[in-house]
Amino acid sequence: MISKILTDTAQTRSAKNPETKKSGDPVTQELKPAAINSFSAAEKDKTKVKIKLSEDKAHKILEICASYNNDPGELINVLHETQGEFGYLPAEVQEVVAQGLGVSTAQVYGVVTFYSYFTMIPKGRFPISICTGTACYVRGAEKVLEEFKRELNIGVGETTEDGKFSINCLRCVGACGLAPVVLVGEKVYGRVSPESVKTILANYEEK
Amino acid sequence: MTKVKTLPELIKMKETLVSQRACYSKQLHVCGGTGCQAAQSKTLDVTLKEIVTDKGLDKDVKITMTGCFGFCEKGPIVKVLPDHTFYTEVKPTDAREIIDEHVVKGNQVERLLYVDPTTREHVPNSDKMEFYKKQLRIALRNCGEINPEDIHDYIENDGYQALGKVLTQMDAQQTIDIIKKSGLRGRGGGGFPTGLKWEITSKSQADQKYVVCNADEGDPGAFMDRAILEGDPNSIIEAMAICGYAIGASKGLVYIRAEYPLAISRLKKAIAQARELGLLGDDILGTGFNFDIQLRYGAGAFVCGEETALIHSMEGKRGEPSFKPPFPSVSGYQGKPTNVNNVETFANIPVIINKGAEWFASIGTEKSKGTKVFALAGKINNVGLIEVPMGITLREIIFEIGGGIKDGKKFKAVQTGGPSGGCLTEKHLDTPIDYDNLTAVGSMMGSGGMIVLDEDDCMVSVAKFYLDFIVEESCGKCSPCRIGNKRLYEILEKITQGKGTLEDLEKLKNLSNVIKDTSLCGLGQTSPNPVLSTLQNFYDEYIEHVVDKKCRAGQCKALLYYVIDENVCIGCTACKRSCPVNAITGDKKQPHVINQDICIKCGACEEKCAFDAISIKLEHKVKVVE
Repeated sequence: MISKILTDTAQTRSAKNPETKKSGDPVTQELKPAAINSFSAAEKDKTKVKIKLSEDKAHKILEICASYNNDPGELINVLHETQGEFGYLPAEVQEVVAQGLGVSTAQVYGVVTFYSYFTMIPKGRFPISICTGTACYVRGAEKVLEEFKRELNIGVGETTEDGKFSINCLRCVGACGLAPVVLVGEKVYGRVSPESVKTILANYEEK
Repeated sequence: MTKVKTLPELIKMKETLVSQRACYSKQLHVCGGTGCQAAQSKTLDVTLKEIVTDKGLDKDVKITMTGCFGFCEKGPIVKVLPDHTFYTEVKPTDAREIIDEHVVKGNQVERLLYVDPTTREHVPNSDKMEFYKKQLRIALRNCGEINPEDIHDYIENDGYQALGKVLTQMDAQQTIDIIKKSGLRGRGGGGFPTGLKWEITSKSQADQKYVVCNADEGDPGAFMDRAILEGDPNSIIEAMAICGYAIGASKGLVYIRAEYPLAISRLKKAIAQARELGLLGDDILGTGFNFDIQLRYGAGAFVCGEETALIHSMEGKRGEPSFKPPFPSVSGYQGKPTNVNNVETFANIPVIINKGAEWFASIGTEKSKGTKVFALAGKINNVGLIEVPMGITLREIIFEIGGGIKDGKKFKAVQTGGPSGGCLTEKHLDTPIDYDNLTAVGSMMGSGGMIVLDEDDCMVSVAKFYLDFIVEESCGKCSPCRIGNKRLYEILEKITQGKGTLEDLEKLKNLSNVIKDTSLCGLGQTSPNPVLSTLQNFYDEYIEHVVDKKCRAGQCKALLYYVIDENVCIGCTACKRSCPVNAITGDKKQPHVINQDICIKCGACEEKCAFDAISIKLEHKVKVVE
């Protein structure tokens, strides 16, 4: 997925679509320093990963905006669909969305960072979500989370270096009867114990 | 599908559907709720259907994938009608036996029947299960009974009759009066009288009004709204249309969590089918009333359950609450009068219209009418979704319906109302549950999460858990909530680390009260409740953490002590070598000792010890050398 999004910089710079040009050039625009200043140190590191959008990707985003009549009131729906398309919402993508809907990048960034569903870091190929709802918590979800963190050596909201796994917490998937619950992609694992973490991860060993 | 143009046509359709249903001699309901689907109920459904078709039984046997039965602990569930046989933990491989033995030969498959935990006997049908005996299902009436993906199943069960009745026989004020008289109060937590809310919105003058369904269920541990949307989406559509008629709105919006993909897809299907039948859209049932519904997706922000925040989120903004008044009923979505009700509230509406306000008002307590759905979870035997009349006691819920505490442990507390609620203890077990009683004892109804805690749960940690949630979910708009809760969390963290002082307990109390009094919205105003109620009910546990440096539940790692049993230790030095901080002393072949002041509680020594000489103790006694 990541390779699909990451494209050659020079190529994208040279090929300019007249349509995107009209509304300012999303491809070459840099993230405003002001937006970066408010990041925490950890977030700053993550946003250093510079990506450039290919022409057709930018075009795709503008198409999504257009399908919602470029209505700023549809910002959240646009972001949902854009994230569905790209897997995450890096700064460059947010800039194009802002142009499409005619709002400031800051406003888009404000919405993206407000809602936990939106992410600015790509998730792993096998995103691991640990339910930390109350029911799972009292049945030991915290210990399971610790074990995943230890096994993969990453924190919550991070992705392993090889892009294989990422860890996320979510609040209640409603399978409280199976608590504690862990989701890997769409697959649900119920009654997970710290001891079974290794077994779960082993299922995703590349053959 | 041909459009249903009038109410008599709808009634005729219902009668035809009922008579068609009567042709089946046996029906199998397979639970298709999220919990059961996670345990392969979809494969089970497909397998059952294949076997039935193979055997040529499909004219006689109907297999339906329904919404949640509520008995999530033992899913997947299969219920056989008409005898109400209740099979639990059914695997796809059990499908053939159920068909061969039960459907064909008429013998129950005993090994799959539910076993009563107290009598240890197989329970032959669901009517005899303690879990269902005390329940009264109004909002959940169709969950587990109908196929949520087919509007005809809903129509067969009186679906859209209430809408038909309202549109043809009542005016807007009469509709509002019925809801007012029924005594229905908001089920999302606030408990505001629903009829009154409708009336205020109906009186606001505007060219456009909106009906909003709040399906942004954010309470960790509550999943009733999702169960209703997944099990009976049409009831919400019908109720929203009724509300639209009562307040004079032609547009409805459902604000639903993006994390509920199954609920979203079923709701979308139901809306599409309702449009096809003409039960949504223009000129519904030939009465000239227009109403349609759109979906808006939440994106994971707990505060969006608050209605002003929800409205901002629907407008594509950050979901920050704003000061009330103006209330949404005067100025809401796009500045127009907006009526926001919760999913469960809406689910009650069609039944109230059909059965009458008096019937509904006869259930419950004086000021809280009807039933409430609770999500029962935690250290309890029967985890699941239950619906009970208001006024039932906690004891009945936990020990009868819930089947008592898991693994025979001792009941300690029950947390109600989610992050805004509080912990109730043994002394509250016989309090009749309604909005006012729960508030009086320092908790609240909330959306109906009920987390049962046993002796192994540390109450300070539980309070910390909720504060952690609040700190993460506070929108940051007002400082008491944004900063105050963070400070509360830090003090609790200090206490669980064993570094708390008695002054900290005072600080906790004072700060909590300030946050309560000065926060902008409901989230902040109720956020210190978990702290205040645990302080009130479990003060001794706080004292133990602070003074004795002890956590009786053994949950706070910093308050556990690794101790070497000198009678077992042979002095092999394995532990001493593994200790990363050199906290272990002792000579070869002599018993070793852990210096508690240096120990970081990593557990490496315990892992290394081949003689099980090292154990975790809740307290440690310093040996006095004479």
